[in-house]
Amino acid sequence: MKRKIALFGAAAALALMPLAAQAQRGSSGHLNIIYWQAPSILNPFLSGGTKDVESSSIVLEPMARYDQDGMLVPYLAESIPTVENGGVSADLMSITWTLREGLLWSDGTPVTSADVAFTAEYCMHPEGGCAQAARFADVESVEVVDARTVTVHYSVPKPVPYGPFVSAQSPIIQRAQFENCTGTRAPECTEANFYPIGTGAFRVVDFRPNDVISFEANPNYRDPALPHFATLTFKGGGDAASAGRAVMETGEMDYAWNLQLAPDVIATMQQGGRGTTVSAFGTLVERIEVNMTDPSADLPPETRSTRAAPHPIFSDIRVREALSRAIDRGLLTEIGYGPAGRPACNIVPNPPVFASEANENCQTQDMDRARALLDEAGWTVGADGIRVNAEGRRLVIDYQTSTNAVRQDFQALIQQWWREIGIEANLRNVNASVFFGGDPGSPDTFQKFYADVEMYANNFAGTDPEQYLGAWRCGLEPRPESQWQGENINRFCDPAYDALHLQLAQTADINERGAIARQLNDILVQNFVVIPLVDRGRVDAHATTLGGVVLNVWDSGLWNIADWHRVQ
Amino acid sequence: MFTFTMRRLLLAIPTLLFIALVIFLLLELSPGDPMADMPLTIPPEVRQQMRLALGLGEAWYVRFYSWLYLFSVVEPSHVMANMTGLEWLRVEGPRIISFQTRSPVADIVAQRLPQTLWVVGLSYIFGILLAVPIGIYSAYRQYSWFDQAGTFVSMVGFSLPTFFTGPLLMLIFSIWLGWFPIIYDTTLVVDSFYDFGLQLRQMAMPVFVLTLYNAAQITRFMRASMLDNMTQDYVRTARAKGMTEKVVVLVHVLRNSLIPVVTVIALGIPTVFTGAIITEQVFRVNGLGALLITAIYASDIPMVLTLSVVFAILIVLFNLIADILYAVLDPRIRYD
Repeated sequence: MKRKIALFGAAAALALMPLAAQAQRGSSGHLNIIYWQAPSILNPFLSGGTKDVESSSIVLEPMARYDQDGMLVPYLAESIPTVENGGVSADLMSITWTLREGLLWSDGTPVTSADVAFTAEYCMHPEGGCAQAARFADVESVEVVDARTVTVHYSVPKPVPYGPFVSAQSPIIQRAQFENCTGTRAPECTEANFYPIGTGAFRVVDFRPNDVISFEANPNYRDPALPHFATLTFKGGGDAASAGRAVMETGEMDYAWNLQLAPDVIATMQQGGRGTTVSAFGTLVERIEVNMTDPSADLPPETRSTRAAPHPIFSDIRVREALSRAIDRGLLTEIGYGPAGRPACNIVPNPPVFASEANENCQTQDMDRARALLDEAGWTVGADGIRVNAEGRRLVIDYQTSTNAVRQDFQALIQQWWREIGIEANLRNVNASVFFGGDPGSPDTFQKFYADVEMYANNFAGTDPEQYLGAWRCGLEPRPESQWQGENINRFCDPAYDALHLQLAQTADINERGAIARQLNDILVQNFVVIPLVDRGRVDAHATTLGGVVLNVWDSGLWNIADWHRVQ
Repeated sequence: MFTFTMRRLLLAIPTLLFIALVIFLLLELSPGDPMADMPLTIPPEVRQQMRLALGLGEAWYVRFYSWLYLFSVVEPSHVMANMTGLEWLRVEGPRIISFQTRSPVADIVAQRLPQTLWVVGLSYIFGILLAVPIGIYSAYRQYSWFDQAGTFVSMVGFSLPTFFTGPLLMLIFSIWLGWFPIIYDTTLVVDSFYDFGLQLRQMAMPVFVLTLYNAAQITRFMRASMLDNMTQDYVRTARAKGMTEKVVVLVHVLRNSLIPVVTVIALGIPTVFTGAIITEQVFRVNGLGALLITAIYASDIPMVLTLSVVFAILIVLFNLIADILYAVLDPRIRYD
């Protein structure tokens, strides 16, 4: 009996040991992270690139972050201000944040509301070129109430006032360090941009731009038992395949970011047995955008692809619907993304409150319906299988996208399906840095849209789609007068849509917002202006010996790095 | 010789100015945008503000002139100050700032140079050390099995691209055998034999890939040059005078055969600095080649322009050195 108790005791001690061992800062030793895009700078206000935002989130923290379910959790703030707890004023014109008590920067000085107010001043400086300026839109002033409290005053009612100081894109920076770095002097502060002083679990020891960052545990981190890791190496560069290999096959690295690889390639790597993948779905949707205006090269540059010239074929909704009905989204997902994708019928696929359920009939490919629609629209099958209308115009369209293996596979498949219903698609692919670069002189940018349809992925930051859905309002289309800048890529214009969006901007209740956003989504999708294809998740890989990873697509993937630990 | 060198050096100035202008205009005309890899969630007007903050709002000739001033006056002063430790040499004020990192281009180049010199430089030296004896013996025993094997290996080294041999070696030596790491650790500080071992292991594969390529090239030159000389009259004379084969080959033939090879080697030295773009990318060696390619992808115009012009200077310089070496080694050649 005694022996049994002793055994139980030993077993219990063994079971408790990992916990006991972890109760001390730095006890897990060293952590290796690899991002195949290397960080260039540790200041998310000067670069909006994901690699830079996520790497700086290890050091810099916001008032609140989104968790893995898209809910706000306080980080530097004591609690999340809402209308109910009085943190957001009843007229939705201001929000009051209170810092936790006793917060210290990694250099040992206290974090005060002056730092918070300075952060706003830094990003709102007109000459600073702040990448996160949109988060500070409509901010009138940031008032320091006391040493731990700030109030953000807006010039218009803000139903969702969580722009400034929320999420990895808008962390708090130290006033003392960045004081002389505002406006045009921002780029001169190399030291501050490479070695920011933060409140996060780690602090920067060595930063080599576009290569590697060394971190060590922040001695002044607010939880004395965290982080579990003492040191951290953040390696950047290379390609997704070898990053995945380094985690899952050779075990050199503990965590790899964003493995955009073919499903079978990932499966082979997993057989290496040293790591596993984690995936999560956010708001990224691969879609085909339909051009509502005429991109014909015969038009003069002032009217080509502008609302002055409506599209000769796509002005008929039946043709647009046929394009969508002919696509087998399930097959595309399986070939292109595997477990990291889901067939999409909405452009707002997530969070659940905003996701419409009215469009599920797009899931099944319906060639007969597509053919019937084209017949109805007066397009009859010609001698070579391509449809012709009464004026003798052939149903030939240009289909462009960025250069990317998966996108070219999609193009080939979709071209085949469209051919089966009598539409000829001419394929084009453009280098991503040209396609997504906003050079007004280039004819190949996605904004200029010198094609009939184009394919790419887009998403929205955070959990609220108001700004994202606002892109399809009249007047926001890229055009020559706006140097081809603008978010309304389709050149869609519907006054009813604009009115509904205005209503969204004035509604605070989350369920009502959900209902309006779903309606907006349905207008776009049921008009077949945007043809959603795949809801794309993010796939990361971590070593089997790394515990505590909770993949978060609503904020930085490294949001809870303080809790990461070594498991045996 | 002196007037020749001076004339060439003076001629180099307009050449380099022209090269700089051409590169700048090419970058200016090429499509691409430093904001291209920002997420689409950043609205267009914010992007425009960011472009203006990078100085892209100025006219092209203003930007070219200010770059030229910074490149020829400010940056050399900082390099001089860093090398000599004399702080008064520094010209204060703005420097050439990279779009990606918002930090001075020269600092990043200084940080990247050692890796490139170690990996690419070492493979160049190994390449020469291997190629010269192989080339000599292949020529001396022309069409022997050794010559055939050497020809085969150098053809393989010449024709297989490094983006094929690199991943192949990784697959064999890292994934199957587990001997070498696939990620180059640039933070490694060598202060013990253990760390030295680690450094050797991580350098092994990139150095091997590049050595194969360099050796393949130089072997062919060496062999061809030896063959040209082997049939010359002076070789027959030497043999007729009763000299040993060793003396004939290694003293008479080799010295004459080395003249073109040395110039080829000198002309190749700038490639040591330009780095091996693909190999560095494959093995994640953060050298100048990797720096250049990421800068091109990111449309980081100041970085691409500065690096390209530095490379142009090196190429012009080593061309001159090769010409001078040629005259020094071969008394028949006179420039004056």
